[in-house]
Amino acid sequence: MDMKRDYYEDIQLLDSKVLWFWFLMLIAALATFPFIAPTYYVYMANYMAINVIVTIGLNILVGYTGQISLGHAGFFAIGAYGTVMLMNLLHFPFLLALVAAALIAAFFGFILGLPALRLEGPYLAIATLGFGMAITQVIGRWELFGGRMGVEAPALSFFGIPVTTDLGRYFITATIAFVMVLGARNLMKTRVGRAFIAIRDSDIAAETMGVNLVYYKTLAFAVSAFYTGIAGGLFAFLLGFISPSTFNFILSIYFLAFVIVGGLGSIFGSVMGGIVMTWLLLELDKIQELPFIGGMLISFSENFMTVAGLPNISSIIFGLIIVLLVIFEPLGLYGFWIRTKIYWKTWPF
Amino acid sequence: MFLQLLLSGIAFGSLYALIALAMVIIYKTSEVPNFGQGEMAMLSTFVAFMLLDTYGHSFFVSFSGALVFAAFLGVFLEFVFLRRAKDPNILSLILITLGFEMILYGVASWKWGADQRDLSFPVSDFDLVNIGPAVISYLNLATLLVTLVLMVLLFLFFRYTKVGIAMKATQQNPMAARINGIRVNRILSVTWAMSSTIGAVAGMLLAPVATLDPNLMLEPLLKGFASAVLGGMTTLVGAALGGYMLGIIENLFGGYVSLEFKSIVAFGIIVLVLCFRPSGLFAKHYVRKV
Repeated sequence: MDMKRDYYEDIQLLDSKVLWFWFLMLIAALATFPFIAPTYYVYMANYMAINVIVTIGLNILVGYTGQISLGHAGFFAIGAYGTVMLMNLLHFPFLLALVAAALIAAFFGFILGLPALRLEGPYLAIATLGFGMAITQVIGRWELFGGRMGVEAPALSFFGIPVTTDLGRYFITATIAFVMVLGARNLMKTRVGRAFIAIRDSDIAAETMGVNLVYYKTLAFAVSAFYTGIAGGLFAFLLGFISPSTFNFILSIYFLAFVIVGGLGSIFGSVMGGIVMTWLLLELDKIQELPFIGGMLISFSENFMTVAGLPNISSIIFGLIIVLLVIFEPLGLYGFWIRTKIYWKTWPF
Repeated sequence: MFLQLLLSGIAFGSLYALIALAMVIIYKTSEVPNFGQGEMAMLSTFVAFMLLDTYGHSFFVSFSGALVFAAFLGVFLEFVFLRRAKDPNILSLILITLGFEMILYGVASWKWGADQRDLSFPVSDFDLVNIGPAVISYLNLATLLVTLVLMVLLFLFFRYTKVGIAMKATQQNPMAARINGIRVNRILSVTWAMSSTIGAVAGMLLAPVATLDPNLMLEPLLKGFASAVLGGMTTLVGAALGGYMLGIIENLFGGYVSLEFKSIVAFGIIVLVLCFRPSGLFAKHYVRKV
């Protein structure tokens, strides 16, 4: 059952042999999936893995430490541009460039964490938002970074093996995502993770108990930015081409939406949120191709709206999902999961 | 040159001030920075455009129609979504308004597409008035005047009308206001209606200068929000002053240093100001007690 008798049981990755079995099955499924699925779904899986990393990164900040950020697209951009530029200009190998760019993002996260020490609520929201805007504007105006036109990602090779297909990228992206998920899960069980949670619940009480607020709040920003930076670097290779307009304010809202939909303060929830929302994001663009609803929507658009604007319906649905989830299920998908689990555990009763 | 930059800065600043006022009015009662404000204004501006252009109503009819629409939109959003949130914290309220933003943006771009349109306005943007060595367009002058009139009206409203005073009471302490027989929920609806209308005025004044498309209010909203934060989210006067300050600083920077980095400076200044005065320039900073 869920009872924990000592600390070592709490930090264990998996607490029973059955779970180990399913864990290995999951790894096997993830490893065989790209060979069975069509290329488009492999591409989608890459996208999902990247968004899962971002969602976890943002969740560490928003869900675990209780700080809001509307500027994560900025860290995403730093990761993407950093990786590409380090590879293009300084000829770093891919993995080194990715980590270096993520560390740069983490450094910016640390900087942004400094004003955040004194700010909360809307004030913190505007400060992070301003940061995100500033990053994309600066990148967009800087000729070195390709300006408004953007820049192409260099050819990707992994320890000398050239990677050109979605299948190859899948193994890099999925492995990194898997490691990052486990890392976040373990981080939250350590002293650092517990300090984050204490700050979220009450920063004054945490400080009284000896949690160094300056250290842990900036650390939370840095860790979150690191995750987002890694995801950004992978994203650059997923698209093959990046331009500043990709990393706009709306993207930051989308990231926040992933976190909310998944569930605040839950790693598993973030994984679900990243996966489900990416699927929605990619599928809603093709809503008019749905068998029955699509036709209805097109005729409705012709009569009352414009057909050209039909893809914007994804924005409406996303907005509705956010609003309804916040109102009816503040714990997000994780809340659903918990409830189903409890329901089936005690099922006939 | 300086005077010219100052004047156009004030003209832009008054738009920011309007949006900032709209946000502060909501923030003080509902305690949420309303990120949907911009899209609410954008949608209302589109309604004005539709009445004016598609149905051919007169200018006066369509603009008042849009204002009425804005008021109803505000009440609708508050009543249907915000009021339903159980036991909300600040983050979930912010998210609900971000949700509005996306819904309204989606609706507007579905209905009107991404085409850029012109909102024909009876006041011209090209005819200029001379003020000393500087010039100002009739439109900017009208913007300035409308803003000033609105501010005076707001001041009078909060000072002398019963509803205004009830609103202030609700802002200070909802529970005590309820005990004193104020219908807090109704006051909330009125607040949203007012704020939405003020935002719509800003949108309609902005549309002739910019082009009317669903992205119309994206940046002005952020600037308006920024000026509200600069002045202090809890004071109406501070927010308005913050708007003017932001407009002037931005324009001076754009004129003398670099036009390209104009927008970044606005946010840079705000982050700096917040480092030293965490509740904005003109608001009193309350230290939370345990």
